[in-house]
Amino acid sequence: MSLDEYRKREFKQVGQRVRRPDGVDKVTGRAMYGADATAPGMLVGRVLRSPHAHARIRSIDTSAAAALPGVKAVLTGADLPVQEDAFVRDVQDNCMAREKALYDGHAVAAVAAVDAATAKAALKLIKVDYEVLPHVTDVDVAIKPGAPVVQAGRTLENVPAGMSENVTSHCEFGHGDPAAGFARADHVVERHFRTAATHQGYIEPHAALASVTSDGKAELWCCTQGQFFVRTLCAAIMGMEASQLRVTASEIGGGFGGKTTVFIEPVALALSRKAGRPVKIVMNRDEVFRATGPTVHTSMDVKIGMTKDGRITAAEAHLRYSGGAFPCGTVDMGAQAAFAAYDLENVRTYGWNVMTNRPKEASYRAPGAPQAIYAVESVLDELCQHFRLDPIDVRLKNAARKGTKSSYGPTFPDIGLVATLEAAKRHPHYTAPLKPGQGRGISCGFWFNFGGNSCVSLNINTDGTVGVTEGNPDIGGSRASISLMAAEELGIPYERVRTIVADTSSLGYNDVTDGSRVTFAVGLATIKAAREAIRVMCGRAARIWGIDAEAVEWKDGAAVPAGPNAGKFPPMSLAEIAAVSFETGGPIAGHHEVNVDGAGVSFGVHIVDVEVDRETGATKVLRYTVFQDAGKAVHPSYVEGQMQGGAVQGIGWALNEEYIYGPDGRLQNPGFLDYRVPVASDLPMIDTVILEIPNPGHPYGVRGVGETGIVPPLAAISNAVSRSAGIRLSELPMSPPRVLKALGA
Amino acid sequence: MRYLAAKTAREAAEALAAEAGVTRVLAGGTDVLVQMKAGLVEPDLVVDIKKIPGIATITPEAGGFRVGAAVPNSVLGEHEGVRTLWPGVVEGANLIGSTQVQGRCTMAGNLCNASPAGDAVPGLVAANAVARIAGPDGERDCPVADIPAGPGKTTLKKGEVITSILLPARPARASDAYLRFIPRTEMDIAVASAAVSLELNADGTVKAARVVLGAVAPTVVVADAAGKALVGTKLDDDTLAKMAAACEAVCRPIDDKRGTVAFRTKTAGTLAKRAALIAYARAGGSK
Ligand SMILES: Cc1cc2nc3c(=O)[nH]c(=O)nc-3n(C[C@H](O)[C@H](O)[C@H](O)COP(=O)(O)OP(=O)(O)OC[C@H]3O[C@@H](n4cnc5c(N)ncnc54)[C@H](O)[C@@H]3O)c2cc1C
Repeated sequence: MSLDEYRKREFKQVGQRVRRPDGVDKVTGRAMYGADATAPGMLVGRVLRSPHAHARIRSIDTSAAAALPGVKAVLTGADLPVQEDAFVRDVQDNCMAREKALYDGHAVAAVAAVDAATAKAALKLIKVDYEVLPHVTDVDVAIKPGAPVVQAGRTLENVPAGMSENVTSHCEFGHGDPAAGFARADHVVERHFRTAATHQGYIEPHAALASVTSDGKAELWCCTQGQFFVRTLCAAIMGMEASQLRVTASEIGGGFGGKTTVFIEPVALALSRKAGRPVKIVMNRDEVFRATGPTVHTSMDVKIGMTKDGRITAAEAHLRYSGGAFPCGTVDMGAQAAFAAYDLENVRTYGWNVMTNRPKEASYRAPGAPQAIYAVESVLDELCQHFRLDPIDVRLKNAARKGTKSSYGPTFPDIGLVATLEAAKRHPHYTAPLKPGQGRGISCGFWFNFGGNSCVSLNINTDGTVGVTEGNPDIGGSRASISLMAAEELGIPYERVRTIVADTSSLGYNDVTDGSRVTFAVGLATIKAAREAIRVMCGRAARIWGIDAEAVEWKDGAAVPAGPNAGKFPPMSLAEIAAVSFETGGPIAGHHEVNVDGAGVSFGVHIVDVEVDRETGATKVLRYTVFQDAGKAVHPSYVEGQMQGGAVQGIGWALNEEYIYGPDGRLQNPGFLDYRVPVASDLPMIDTVILEIPNPGHPYGVRGVGETGIVPPLAAISNAVSRSAGIRLSELPMSPPRVLKALGA
Repeated sequence: MRYLAAKTAREAAEALAAEAGVTRVLAGGTDVLVQMKAGLVEPDLVVDIKKIPGIATITPEAGGFRVGAAVPNSVLGEHEGVRTLWPGVVEGANLIGSTQVQGRCTMAGNLCNASPAGDAVPGLVAANAVARIAGPDGERDCPVADIPAGPGKTTLKKGEVITSILLPARPARASDAYLRFIPRTEMDIAVASAAVSLELNADGTVKAARVVLGAVAPTVVVADAAGKALVGTKLDDDTLAKMAAACEAVCRPIDDKRGTVAFRTKTAGTLAKRAALIAYARAGGSK
């Protein structure tokens, strides 16, 4: 890990709430989202989806659809190559079913036609001969031997015998001797939990416009969190070379992890290749819910032992996650994150991934962590109630700190959990009086964060402005933050920098916008690209002054002689150097390409007050405060936005959001009416407190902040409900019918 | 699909009667257009009634108000007179959708869409409102209570169009209230609902009461026994418990993604209790 990047400094621009660069376009409706792309001669693509949860596809007769006037191409799984790589094969089979439809909504065929009405009519003419198979949509049923098998032959060797073939992998983390630890405890609590699958709920549906020409080149415009990864997947599925496929990411209307893979993109490309014309596919909301990534749904057992003064003696978690109809590694992250907040002598987590007839899981903010940590923080709270101990004190007593060997292996460097807990304890919210019937809950949260591959080009324009070219779609304000970091390093005003997100042909590979990595990793690359440009500019000044390049340094946006021995020259500003660049060696730019390490884990603590209506089971969120370590908040408003957004999505998860399957295995609520994300009037203002414990792995101390915020709300609200209503629920969401039932009313 | 902007109720009725295929009346369109977009219905003929003279006005009549079938609920909500006389009807109508939806949606559309969860319907039924109906053979009046026939079904005959709804006069010391339960605080569909309309005696006891429940049966349910339980009382706790039990007894809800049978039943009683207390206070009652 590169943990020596950070240098303390006085910031001039970083930390300012500057105007966002995408604001005007977005509020005037001018921003170009996925569905806004058009091309001459464009066809409308539509996808036919399985109405069955599980069915063998005996045959597909597309002849009538192909013969319909106006239909230019029809596609089925048989048109796509058989992939050798298991990962790509799963992605492709999810985009277009091959032998079996694995879930309600699974794509089985697609058409491209001159208009939407023709495309719709063509779908009705496709005859799919299904052999309906027994299905399973519940993780606890699917894990048992004898359950309908979703896909055969996918089980890894490390899965213990005696389980269904649906169990594809097993993992185990931890250290110490839990049995000995439990024996030393004054009290042990063990509980069973279940959490429903939730959807990322982005407002913008998936959209893609593909144009494949007869000479084998292709353009793809789509709404994604990672155009380079889209290129990798689509090139593999289409059998193309990466250089021949250019992918351009649109402005994005929300992703939260759900737009880190492909669904309709390869379908649009394959249709375009067949039809010889551009093809656009835009999903409707029903398709988004039925066929794009929800989270895993889970079944978990958590056991914690504690001494009466609040020290955890041992902890254990058994996690059973289902990421739908394909193998899925999310349980590994849950098993690693579960106890990460605590300094434990004896800890063990076990995870199983189980296939069910549901859509393939896609990442959702801190994938796998909210569920496991919900279970852990609930049991911890129950122990606090049992011993009548203050929940923050107990967490402080057990908190991981610098030097703690984490439950998943690594030893922590500087981390912010203790500072975050102390800030929460000091905050007026924690001691504000509650009215009878109201309850206050708290929870810690954790996320690993990620660095990854990043490329940045920073161009010094001759008028003294700067263009930063990076390759990560901006889902949380990264263009503003990147511009701020470039401006800080170069010593010029923020307004002189413009950051754009490049297509795949304009820059080297960039990992997906995920893992809260962009402000951290692309920010680091930007700072280093700026330093490279500064090096070039110092060289140009040296050349003009006729002194050695080493005798020039950069100060407050200008080249200056380094010390009295270098000679006496007035400073040359960036603009002055840029203006004469054509005479001093040509255009000036800085680049940086890196696979960044040292992302720096992130902790958060949430406090929430709720009131449960004992006659209806409805939970009202009264007050909410988020405490989170940002390392350094480059643009505090965006950091607060991430913290607030995470809290709100977590509130929805805790109280109402869920994938509901009927006995027929079909999704019953594929729309925003019955899949209930919180609306503005459901929420109090989410207050935020940003802590800044510098991350040693970033020049400015930045840590990712995008994901941790969704982790604590689940348990925080459950703990608050428990203290408001005197009942402890162990299943999410805590929807009114479930709460009323638990109240026994 | 044909679109007709009818100039008279008669023209609308005749066109609808003459069409052999699927027809829809277009009032605010907040159900029709959504259903068309979702592909749930593909009408052959859509008859817009908003251009019919007088159909979007509210007129005083015999101490009550005649509300035209195309009066948007936002306009209804700003009408001082209706709001004072029938606050429960107006609050039900105003719960529908959002500000944008309010600007278009109508009570008649809510009634004729015939969802068991329609928010305007329980209040209208509790108010003994009467719909005026134009048909190919002329006009008739029909109590609103008799119009819903089941989910998506009404008792209106082919070619019939509601042109207005009469909210009757009511004595002093009378009022009403409507409450619904939704898991969120707006933009949702009632899991259970209750409208209560009360008339009080001079001594503050209840003289007459009508309790109507929504979303707990295929159509709205008039809970007669619940209404009777309130008569002669000042809504003491025992009375309210009895009334709630009477409400629960007439619920015949379904178990679905929005709520269980037990939840809907229980909640209908709870809402009726709370609505009764609001209506009682509005009518000037004090306990
Ligand atoms: C975002 C949104 C939120 C909503 N929220 C709610 C809510 O909270 N509560 C609720 O109850 N509803 C809700 N609705 C549904 C809808 O807004 C209401 O049912 C509304 O009252 C319908 O009125 P309308 O004038 O728009 O009806 P339209 O859509 O014009 O018509 C509805 C139906 O009634 C028939 N019809 C209309 N007028 C007449 C007439 N005069 N004579 C005979 N038939 C007629 C039509 O043929 C059609 O079948 C919501 C809808 C949307 C889009």
